[in-house]
Amino acid sequence: MSSFLSYFISGISLGMIYALIALGYTMVYGIAKMLNFAHGDIIMIGGFTVYTAMASGISPFFAVLLSIIVCTVLGVVIEKVAYKPLRGASSLAVLITAIGVSYLLENLALLMFGSDAKQFTSVVSMKPVTINENLVISGETIVTIIVTVIIMIALSFFVNRTKPGRAMQAVSEDKGAAQLMGINVNRTISMTFAIGSALAAVAAAFLCSAYPQISPYTGVMPGIKAFVAAVLGGIGSIPGAMIGGILLGVIEIFSKAYISTQLSDAIVFAVLIAILVIKPTGILGRKINEKV
Amino acid sequence: MKKLRTGSKAEAGLKNNLITLAIVVVFFAVAEILVSAGVLGSLFEGLLIPMCYYIIMAISLNLIVGILGELSLGHGGFMCVGAYVGAVFSVLMKSAIPNAGLRYALALILGGLAAGLIGVLIAIPILRLQGDYLAIVTLAFGEIIYKIIQNCYLVSDKNGLHFSFAKPIDASNLDLTSKKDILNGAMAMNGVPRSATVISSLILVVITLIVIFNVIDSRSGRAFKAIRDNRIAAESIGVHITKYKLTAFFISSFFAGIAGVIYAHSNALSANKFNYNMSILILVFVVLGGLGNIRGSIIATMILYALPEILRGFQAYRMLLYAIILIVMMILNNNEKCKAFFSGIWKKRSGKKKEDAR
Amino acid sequence: MSLLEINNLGIAFGGLKAVDALNMKIEKGQLYGLIGPNGAGKTTVFNMLTGVYKPTEGRFFLDGENLTGHSPIQINGKGIARTFQNIRLFNDMSILDNVKLGLNNKQTYTVAEGIFRSPRYHREEKAMNEKAMELLEVFDLQEQCDWKAENLPYGKQRKLEIARALATDPKLLLLDEPAAGMNPNETEELMETIRFIRDKFNMTILLIEHDMRLVSGICEQLTVLNFGRELTHGKTAEVLSNPEVITAYLGE
Repeated sequence: MSSFLSYFISGISLGMIYALIALGYTMVYGIAKMLNFAHGDIIMIGGFTVYTAMASGISPFFAVLLSIIVCTVLGVVIEKVAYKPLRGASSLAVLITAIGVSYLLENLALLMFGSDAKQFTSVVSMKPVTINENLVISGETIVTIIVTVIIMIALSFFVNRTKPGRAMQAVSEDKGAAQLMGINVNRTISMTFAIGSALAAVAAAFLCSAYPQISPYTGVMPGIKAFVAAVLGGIGSIPGAMIGGILLGVIEIFSKAYISTQLSDAIVFAVLIAILVIKPTGILGRKINEKV
Repeated sequence: MKKLRTGSKAEAGLKNNLITLAIVVVFFAVAEILVSAGVLGSLFEGLLIPMCYYIIMAISLNLIVGILGELSLGHGGFMCVGAYVGAVFSVLMKSAIPNAGLRYALALILGGLAAGLIGVLIAIPILRLQGDYLAIVTLAFGEIIYKIIQNCYLVSDKNGLHFSFAKPIDASNLDLTSKKDILNGAMAMNGVPRSATVISSLILVVITLIVIFNVIDSRSGRAFKAIRDNRIAAESIGVHITKYKLTAFFISSFFAGIAGVIYAHSNALSANKFNYNMSILILVFVVLGGLGNIRGSIIATMILYALPEILRGFQAYRMLLYAIILIVMMILNNNEKCKAFFSGIWKKRSGKKKEDAR
Repeated sequence: MSLLEINNLGIAFGGLKAVDALNMKIEKGQLYGLIGPNGAGKTTVFNMLTGVYKPTEGRFFLDGENLTGHSPIQINGKGIARTFQNIRLFNDMSILDNVKLGLNNKQTYTVAEGIFRSPRYHREEKAMNEKAMELLEVFDLQEQCDWKAENLPYGKQRKLEIARALATDPKLLLLDEPAAGMNPNETEELMETIRFIRDKFNMTILLIEHDMRLVSGICEQLTVLNFGRELTHGKTAEVLSNPEVITAYLGE
């Protein structure tokens, strides 16, 4: 029973990380109607920033802070340089551009850090908590869950109760109308990318602390899985991204524990397919009804 | 008068397709000549067969993405199916069918059919899904396919074939002297004959082109485009959406399978080569060449595949440059201001011609 | 037996009844109009008749056959074709191809025959080309047969949509606001074209329209819909002079 609980908690923790990343995907999709394929690589950049900062002697807290700043700036710059010129183009064109940005970030990291994985020092200094002899929860897991819950509450508050947050919702619903209401669409979109990237930086710190390795390709699989999570929860829905992320993390850990490590990814994807076949727009997704 | 109009349109279309065929054949003929003459190194020759199977992948993907209008992010998975079915067949039939050419041809057909079948099976559950959801499911299927194959173990010994899934075969049941590994989980597959040649691959490209052109220029192709342009209108005039979507997926996956068989008979074969990276690579070729533009797919594939080789001089920076070139090209191709700028130049140069055409 | 018989047809979306207990009888060869203020539910009726929506109550019959709840593809096969309020052409395809798509189900050659270019492929393609051109000539569109559909001027786009619907060889043609956005001259032309279609193809036509000149010019009978319910029906002249109808349009 304890091992079940242990896996469950690990799953929640991993799921929270996926949720943070998925939030970035879903918010950007909601507002810019694009799939930011480079999002996973921003995680990688965030991870490397923390790695480099801590290797230079900076404390974990400030390293993470630095990483948040770097990722936020990076996210905004990428949007301005690569995506903004394609506003109005087909979503497929933007997707390919995002893929180009993804290649760019990966190869930059390859040049700077080489292709082999580096050992990552955890940002969490908390010691593991022992509940009983079967149930030991790592410090990383606890901090991840606590911090992520705080972030999600703050984000929900921001999106629903503050003016910039509601502006984000407005632009997601109807860009033209929002503009006519006086909302600065460009600034709102930049802000969305900024928030998404900042969340990715936090996710990176926790991800690399829990699975302590980093390489230029570290961000890719979590990126894809978080994308799956966002779609699973209903792309464009913020609560959906949270639910999808957590669900995905739990399924992955349970699959690894009880079925097979090699097949855990396949199982996760199979669950996604099964859910979408039953509910074609994801768990909380809205069916877009075409007017006939 | 009316006959002349429709005839000329059909002829123009046919002429276009023949030009595309000619481009492909001439390119490869010239390349082979230059290689035999020693002008182009063997490095370039090594690019020719891969170019062929990537071209086949790009054309077949364009049928789904450009003509049918559905985003498929799992095309690599069908290539994987074809590759492994063809490879296992070739290895198993080595003694039963000593004629390498016949064996290869059969491997091609089987690999294509297997991939086509998987394509249909996958298409069935996803028919109801809209746009981005369909895309993620195709991505998921692509990942599942190669991961499943990566977990297959197949061994033959004098007692026959032994198969195991997710764990290696128990060696104690095997006759060790006659044991031969065929599929060994995640490890590369051994013993696949290198049956692919530049000529046979080129022939397959030509066959693919002819089939795809003929499909596009028939009522199936028109139906695909109708579903792409306006599904609701297509339904209202009786176009059978399900039937045509399944047809498109079958044809597209079939040729992806063929590409896979060529790959398997010219490369070391391991399943993880066919993950989302492969699918995305092909998608980039297709989008850059122009959705629905078959000739564009071919040219984009040739250039983009050869580009990292051309950039070899830049060594470590070449993939970086590749990424930058990709981004810049997408912006130039799709930004309104850039498009207006370039079409302005184009109009000035051929202004009179455009006037007359109207 | 009427060509189209509608019995108590209705549909509710959640709690909202968009169409309520509609009854209608249309005879073969009639030019019938469905009118009413915006939001009255007219297009919803069309959507039910063409299978886009499943009615939640009532039934309708085409030539005595119950088609309620069938799919759009089945219904088109049985003989109902339509045009849309917001024109739905295949924009990236030529106008000839748009019409040829309407003929898709008349062709029988298989995918394989298309690939290997069998004699049947050549025969049927030639026949369809000719048939499509004939249809385009009815609407005076044959000169632009190679044009992309999206490049046609608006009025011609509407005509193309009608041509494509006709290509499916229907018994009943539903036109949703065919005169929308047309100037008086174009509307005159459209009226002649609709009459011509009815006469030449023995067509029964049900149309939704706001342009009263067209309605009074060609419709023989009308049903007036208001808030999803029938207000009145009958001969055109009587209905249009009914004070309740006038109030419904002009509002309180």
